[in-house]
Amino acid sequence: MINWRAYSQLLLARSRELSREPEVVFWVFFFPVLLAVALGIAFRNKPPDKVDVAVVEHPNAARVVRALNAAPPLAAEVIGTEDAARQFRLGKVALVVYPGQVYSYRYDPNRPDSMLALSLADAALQKAAGRADPIRIHEQAVTEPGARYIDFLIPGLLGLNLMSGGMWGMGFALVDMRVKKLLKRLVATPMRRSDFLLALVSSRLILMLVEVILLLLVGRLIFKMVIQGSLGSIIVVSAAGSLSFAGIGLLCASRAQKIETISGLMNLVMLPMFVLSGIFFSADRFPAAMQPFIRILPLTALNDALRSVILEGASLEAQALRLLILTTWGAVSFLLALRLFRWVN
Amino acid sequence: MSVAVRCAGLHKRYDNKVDAVRGLDLEVEQGECFGLLGPNGAGKTTTIEIIEGLLSATAGEVEVFGKRWGRDDDELRELLGICLQETRLSEKLKVRETLELFASFYRRPADPARVMREVELTEKAEAWVGKLSGGQRQRLAVACSLVGDPRLLFLDEPTTGLDPQSRRQLWDIVRKFKRQGGTVLLTTHYMDEAERLCDRVAIIDHGRIIALGTPRELIHSLGAEHIVEFTLADPAAFPDLGGDGLAAVPTVLSVRQEDGLYALTVGEPHRALPALFDWLEGRGIELARLSTRHASLEDVFVKLTGRHLRDE
Ligand SMILES: Nc1ncnc2c1ncn2[C@@H]1O[C@H](COP(=O)(O)OP(=O)(O)OP(=O)(O)O)[C@@H](O)[C@H]1O
Ligand SMILES: [Mg+2]
Repeated sequence: MINWRAYSQLLLARSRELSREPEVVFWVFFFPVLLAVALGIAFRNKPPDKVDVAVVEHPNAARVVRALNAAPPLAAEVIGTEDAARQFRLGKVALVVYPGQVYSYRYDPNRPDSMLALSLADAALQKAAGRADPIRIHEQAVTEPGARYIDFLIPGLLGLNLMSGGMWGMGFALVDMRVKKLLKRLVATPMRRSDFLLALVSSRLILMLVEVILLLLVGRLIFKMVIQGSLGSIIVVSAAGSLSFAGIGLLCASRAQKIETISGLMNLVMLPMFVLSGIFFSADRFPAAMQPFIRILPLTALNDALRSVILEGASLEAQALRLLILTTWGAVSFLLALRLFRWVN
Repeated sequence: MSVAVRCAGLHKRYDNKVDAVRGLDLEVEQGECFGLLGPNGAGKTTTIEIIEGLLSATAGEVEVFGKRWGRDDDELRELLGICLQETRLSEKLKVRETLELFASFYRRPADPARVMREVELTEKAEAWVGKLSGGQRQRLAVACSLVGDPRLLFLDEPTTGLDPQSRRQLWDIVRKFKRQGGTVLLTTHYMDEAERLCDRVAIIDHGRIIALGTPRELIHSLGAEHIVEFTLADPAAFPDLGGDGLAAVPTVLSVRQEDGLYALTVGEPHRALPALFDWLEGRGIELARLSTRHASLEDVFVKLTGRHLRDE
C-alpha cells in the first residue's frame, strides 16, 4: 500500500534537488555525451595511418623504395644504417630493409605495425622481382555498419552511466542524508520507509530514461549509428540494469556512517567493473580463466545485453540469462539491505 | 491533569560502556512546557530521543499519551512533532517545498502557509533552504515539526548557537504553540531559556535528575534569592577572605569564590550590603567591582554540583 500523496511529494522533492544540483546535471547529461564525442573522434575509423619503413643505403635502395611506396600504406625512405637502427628502436619506423645479395628485414614480432609492414613489404618486393601468385584473388572491401568503435562504445557508456547513476543516486545520496541526520528526521515523521525508497528508485528510473534517450540520440545524430533493436527492449534492459545497481547502491549505503566510507565502498564495487566489464574494450580480451567471473558481474551482463539489443537487434528472450543475472544481483542486494539498513544513526 | 509523557527507570548504555542515562523518572503533563536542563553530555539528547522512539532504552519504560513504542508507532508518529538537535534539511529545496513535503506525511497536517506565517518565514517561502540564516533555518526546522499539527512538540536545544533576537523569536513560537494547547518537552543548557520558557524544569547531570520543579521552586530551594558578586581591588593581598567571616554578614547563606570572584547568596540585600561594606572597611579591603542580581537556575546547578552549566 502506497501513500500516494507522500510518494509524489518525495519524488517531486528528489527531482527538484537533482535538477538544481549542477554536478548532477553535468555527470548525468554532459559527461557521457562529452566522453562519447571525444572517444568517438579519437578512435574514429579512418584509413590506416601510413606505416614507415626505413631502407638502408645501397645501390638498389631507390628501386626498393619505389616498389614499397607502390604498396600503401607503406611509406619508405632511404636512410643511413645507424639512423635506421635508431629510428627502429624508437618505434618511428616499423621495419628496416637491408637490400643486398640476400635481403634482410629487421622487425619486431610483438608490434602489430611491424608485422604488417613485414608482410606487405615482402609481398611487394617479391612481386616487383617477378613472383607470380599461384592463386588468383578477387578482393572485396566492405565496411559493416555497427562494427565501428563508436558503435561498440555507446552501449558501454550507457551501461557505465546506469551503474554510476544507481550507485550515486542511491548509495551516496542515502549516506549523505544519514550524515545530515535527514534520514533520522524523516523517520521521526509518519512517513513510510517504503514510500521513501520507492520515490528514490522512481527518480532513478526517470533519470535512466533520459540517459538512454540522450545517448542514443547522440549516437544516432552525431555518429550516424544504426540502432537495430526496438526502443522498448533497450528500455527494459536499461531498467533492469538501473534497478540492479540501485539495489547494490542501497546495500552499500546500509551501514556507512561517513561520506568517506561510502565513497570507498562505491569505488570498491565500481572499479573492477570499470576495468573488466567491457565499457571501452571488449571483456573477451581477458584470459579465459577469468571469463566465468567476468560474465557474472552485473555490468558485464548489462553491457552485453545492451550491445546485443542495440547493435544486433536481438530479442529480449535472447537476453534472459543476462537479465536473470541483473535481477539476482538487484534482488539479493535489496533484501540484504532491508535487513541491514540503519535509518537512525 | 493527564500525563503526556511518563518515563520510569530509564537507562541507556552505549556500546556496552558509556552510561548516558542512569535511572531516570519523568512525567510531563499535558499543556505544560517541560525543560531538561543540563550541561554538555548530561544525557539530554539520549533521553529525549528515547522518548521520541528514535533510540531504544537499555532498560526502563516509556509511555507517550498512554501509548508505547513498538506497539503504537503509527499513531504516535502522527501526534508528535520532533526537532532534532541538528538536522540539515535539503539545501536545494525551497522553504515552501520543504514544508509541503513534511506535511504530506501526516494524515491531518496543518496548512503549510499558516505554519509559515506562524514562524514568520512567509517572506522566505520561495528561498532555498541553503540560503537561510541560522535563525531562519532553526525556525524552519521547528516549522517542519509543527506542520504535522502535533499535540506534543520535542525541541532538542532549539536555540543553541543563535543570536538573542532569534532566540526570542523561537521562544515566541513555542509560547504560541503552548497557548493553543500543545505540550512541549525541550532540552537546553541555557538557564535563562529554562527559566523564561518552562513551566517545570528537570536539572540533569550524568544521566540523572538532580532537581525537579518550577524554576521558582528550584531557585527558592537555594534559601535566598539574591546573589551579590564582587571582586577585590588588590586580590593578591587577600588571597582568601575566609568564608566564615563573610558568612557572618546578616542574611548571607553561602559564599563561593572562584577566580577572584566572590558570590554571596543573600536573603535581603538591603540588610546584607551595609554590613558587608562595614566588614570590608574594618579590614581595609577595597572593592574593584560589586553587583547584585537575582539568583538563577545556574546558581542552583552550581550549588548542587559545584560546577557550571557551561564550561567556557
Ligand atoms: N551514539 C553514541 N555512542 C556512544 N556514546 C554516545 C552516543 N551518543 C551519545 N553518547 C554519549 O552519551 C553521553 C550523553 O550524550 P547526550 O548526547 O545524550 O548528551 P547531551 O546532554 O545531549 O549533550 P549536549 O548538550 O552536548 O547535546 C555523552 O557522554 C556522549 O558522549
Ligand atoms: Mg544533546
